[in-house]
This record gives sequence, structure tokens and C-alpha cells, in this order.
Amino acid sequence: MQKRVTFNTKTLPYLLVGPQIAVTLVFFFWPSWQALESALYIEDAFGLSRDFVGLRNFRDLLNDDVYLASFGVSFFFGIAVTFLTMALALALASAANRVLRAATAYRTMLIWPYAVAPALAGVIWYFLMNPSLGIASYWLDAVGVDWNHYVNGDQALLLVIIAASWKQISYNFLFFLAGLQSIPQSLIEAAAIDRAGPMRRFWTIIFPLLTPTTFFLLVVNLVYAFFDTFSLIHATTQGGPANATSTLVVKVYQTGFVGQDYGSSAAQSVILMAIVIAMTFVQFRYIDRRVNY
Amino acid sequence: MVENRPLANILTHAVLILGVFFLCFPVWMALVASTHGPEAMARAPIPLWFGDQGLANYREILSGGVAHAGGVPVGKMMLNSLLMALGITFGKIAVSLLAAFAIVYFRFPFRMGFFWMIFVTLMLPVEVRILPTYDVMVKLGMLNTWSGLIVPLIASATATFLFRQFFLTIPDELVEAARIDRAGPMRFFWDILLPLSRTNIAAIFIILFIYGWNQYLWPLIITNDEDLYTVVMGISRMVNAGESRPVWHLIMATSVLAMLPPVLVVLAMQRLFVKGLVETEK
Repeated sequence: MQKRVTFNTKTLPYLLVGPQIAVTLVFFFWPSWQALESALYIEDAFGLSRDFVGLRNFRDLLNDDVYLASFGVSFFFGIAVTFLTMALALALASAANRVLRAATAYRTMLIWPYAVAPALAGVIWYFLMNPSLGIASYWLDAVGVDWNHYVNGDQALLLVIIAASWKQISYNFLFFLAGLQSIPQSLIEAAAIDRAGPMRRFWTIIFPLLTPTTFFLLVVNLVYAFFDTFSLIHATTQGGPANATSTLVVKVYQTGFVGQDYGSSAAQSVILMAIVIAMTFVQFRYIDRRVNY
Repeated sequence: MVENRPLANILTHAVLILGVFFLCFPVWMALVASTHGPEAMARAPIPLWFGDQGLANYREILSGGVAHAGGVPVGKMMLNSLLMALGITFGKIAVSLLAAFAIVYFRFPFRMGFFWMIFVTLMLPVEVRILPTYDVMVKLGMLNTWSGLIVPLIASATATFLFRQFFLTIPDELVEAARIDRAGPMRFFWDILLPLSRTNIAAIFIILFIYGWNQYLWPLIITNDEDLYTVVMGISRMVNAGESRPVWHLIMATSVLAMLPPVLVVLAMQRLFVKGLVETEK
């Protein structure tokens, strides 16, 4: 936790942590406190006066079908992105771990999408799937699928799921690859001598030993799908059609900046904070466990 | 590989090639589309091979921008993105290095309190507190300013943890030696700690640069002055242009330019990038 040998200067350490703490206080704690506070008020349309209403904002949200629907969209979106990304990344990492020829070339070609902004990933897929000129929708049309994400909510949701997963595969790939490479070769060889085939070895040895990586990525991907994909959705479908792609964060933004409903937006922020805190808690409990491995 | 299975070898390569295709094809199409004129974007299917309008398209957006999206030149937005990304990156590194130095090498009241305050910020991404943060920016008069764009993003729990973790692995003997030579704390920081941290700083620099360049929500709410538009955020205004139809060949050209700097950084410094990515998430 700390060095045995330290410097004993009285004021210097405060000056050193000062900038970080100042930024944290002003731009993290103050707004968060404001969110907590204004979640308990209802403000009039001009922001001139506000009334204390207790938990009414929360009660209204829980009775609001649109908000509850965006909960559903968020969870479906989160789970779909997480599953899709991890399944594809694990397949790719297993293959890359096995291959000897051109291993570096493959790796290079698989990791660069990490650097693409989610918003750009969204825009490019939006273009590929564009109903009137996108190449992918043209191919889909050839096999009899009528693709139009401007009208069809399910297809719009599928579109953002694919785009979000596309961007996140690289990250998962790198971590799975690192996890696979840390598995002792002797275990695999022992199993091979006992005549366990590749599939058997994967499910009984490799996959269980990857559990720490898998669990870590699970949390990271859920956080990514919940929060970082705002830009992807905002730059493309903007939550539509008919709120089909309106996740919780999109909803906070729309309530706050488009609808100008301060109290409700703050209440939604508080709910989101609770979700992040729960996720971080889960993640750190698991990290504690991993230390004891 | 423990045994030779020709079929499995073929399958392995097939999986990898499919994966590479899935990841590269969209960007390939973006590149191709950016070299065609508007008439090629008017009917399906759009061409799969490059056209001859590339130079003209890129020249048009770099200087003139897309007319119905305000006509902000993409060159200007790229420069803004670069300034913001570098500001955030250098800011985060400086602030985190100092904080980690204080927390590891000094014993002072509230040390752990400060540590936890930094830690908690992990739980408060800007997405969850959009409106109140905007409100604070209004009160401070920081809308449409460079400092508003950069300063609020320079607190970094991950970078602080990374440096703290690294400092803890540096042998105590170095501090003792420095103290025997009568070096003060700042001398020790500049002459010993910083040179030793070079690789770590470079690794985290890459991750933070990508983070800074790809910012979207923050510039979106903080700026409405076209002089401050960043390129990643500027694209959404071209896509959702309201009445007029999106000009896809120009949008794709802008997308290609917008992803170029971070992708080049990853490709050119792959080793450091992987190191930075894996270590920041510990």
C-alpha cells in the first residue's frame, strides 16, 4: 500500500494531489450531489422556481411505460452485445492462439477497431445497412430479407447491437488471447495424452481456466454497452424509431436536453449511478477473489 | 499446438479470415465510398471498388466542409480534436503522476481519504450525470471554451492507479539513496521516478489519446460554437441532417479521416498499446 521509506514534507503532498482532487470535487462530486438533490424537486418550465416533491420523480419514472421500456431495451442491448462480442472474440482468440503462421498479421488486423470511436462505428454500419443504398441491406434483400431500420424497431436495435459489438471485439480478443497464453501448455499436453480431443480440452480445461478473464470482460462489456454506446446510438438512430433503441443513457439525455425536465433527468441519473456502483462493486469483489487464486 | 490435425488447421485459418473480413469490411466500404461521387451513392448496389473522386472529395471536406452541416471544414475539426485529445492526455498524465507520487511516497493526514475520492470517480462516468454537470459548467462560465472541453476530463482514476501500482514496484533503496545524496522529493521525482516511468507513460499515453480523440458526449453538450467542433462529434450532424439527405460519400470520407489518427497510433505502437490496455484494466 505504501512505501517503507517516505519523505516527510508537510505541505508538498497536498500540493501534489491538489489538482486531481480539485477537478474531482468540482466536476464529479458537485454535479453528482446536484443530481441527488434535484432528483427530489420539480422545476417549473423556466427554471425560476422549484418545489420539493420527495421521491415523486422516482415514482413517476417507475410508472412511466416509456422509461420502463428503455430499461428493457438497455438490458437486452447490454446482454446481446456482451454475448455476441465475447463469443466471437473467444473464437478468434482460440484460433489466433493456435495458429503459427502469420500470427502477428492476424493479430494486427484484429485489434485496430479498438481505436475506432463508437460513434464512427455506428455511422459506418448505418451506411452499410442503409435500406436504399447500403451494400449489406442489398445482400439481405437478395436473400429475401426486407431491411429498413428507419421503420422497423427490431432491425434498428439489431443494427446498433452489431455496430457496438463490432467495435468491442478487438478489446475482448486481446484479453482472451492473453488469458489463453497464460494457460500452462503442460495441462493441455496431459489431456492430449489422455486422448481428449480439442473440443473436450477446450470445455473441460481451457474454458474453466479462463473464468477470471471471462468474468472481468463480462463486467467491462456491460459497462461499455450501458454507457459508452450513447455516442453510437445518438449519432445514428437517435433512440428511434419509436424509442426502439432508446437505452437508459439516451433517455437521460433526451429527458434533460430535449425535454428540459430537470428533476426527472436527475432522478434517472441517480438510478444510473446505482447501477454503476453495483457493477463496480461486483467487479471488485471478484478482483479480491482472484488475488487468492 | 499439441497434435497435428490438418482439418483443424484449415478451420483455424477460416475462422481468422472470417473474423478479419468482418472487422475490416465495413471500413473497406467506407474507404471505397469516400472515393466516389454523389451519383454512385444514389442507387444500389454501391460499387465495391475505388472510384476516381477520392482526391476531390477529400479536398472538398478538408477545406469547405459539408454545406448543410454548417460547412465547418473537416481540417479545422481535426485540428480541434487533436488539441482536445492532446490536452486531455497530457493533463491526465501530469495530474495522475503527481497524485500517485503523493499517495505512494508521502505519509500525510487524509491520504486514504484522497485515494478513495479518486477511486469513487470510476463510478461516476459523465454519461450518468449529464445534466447536472452541464449545469455546473454553465455556473462556471466554461461553455464553449477550451478549458471547458479539457479540464473536466483530466481527472483520471485509472491512470492514477496505474502509476501508483508501478511506483510500488520501485525499490525503496532508490529513495534511500536519493535521500542520502540529499535530494528533495521533487528532485527524486524528476531525476529518478520520471525516467523510470517512461515506458508506462508511453503506454498509457496511447490509451488516453484514443480516449480523448474519441470523446463524443462531452463536446456535444459543452460546445455549440463551430470553432470548437471536434470531428467525431461533427459527423453526427452530417448524418442526421434533418430535411436534406445525407451525403454519404462525404460522410464516409470524414469518417475515414476521423478514425485515421487513433488507428495509426495503435498500428504504429502496437506493443505499447497492448501493454497500456492490459495494465490500465488491472
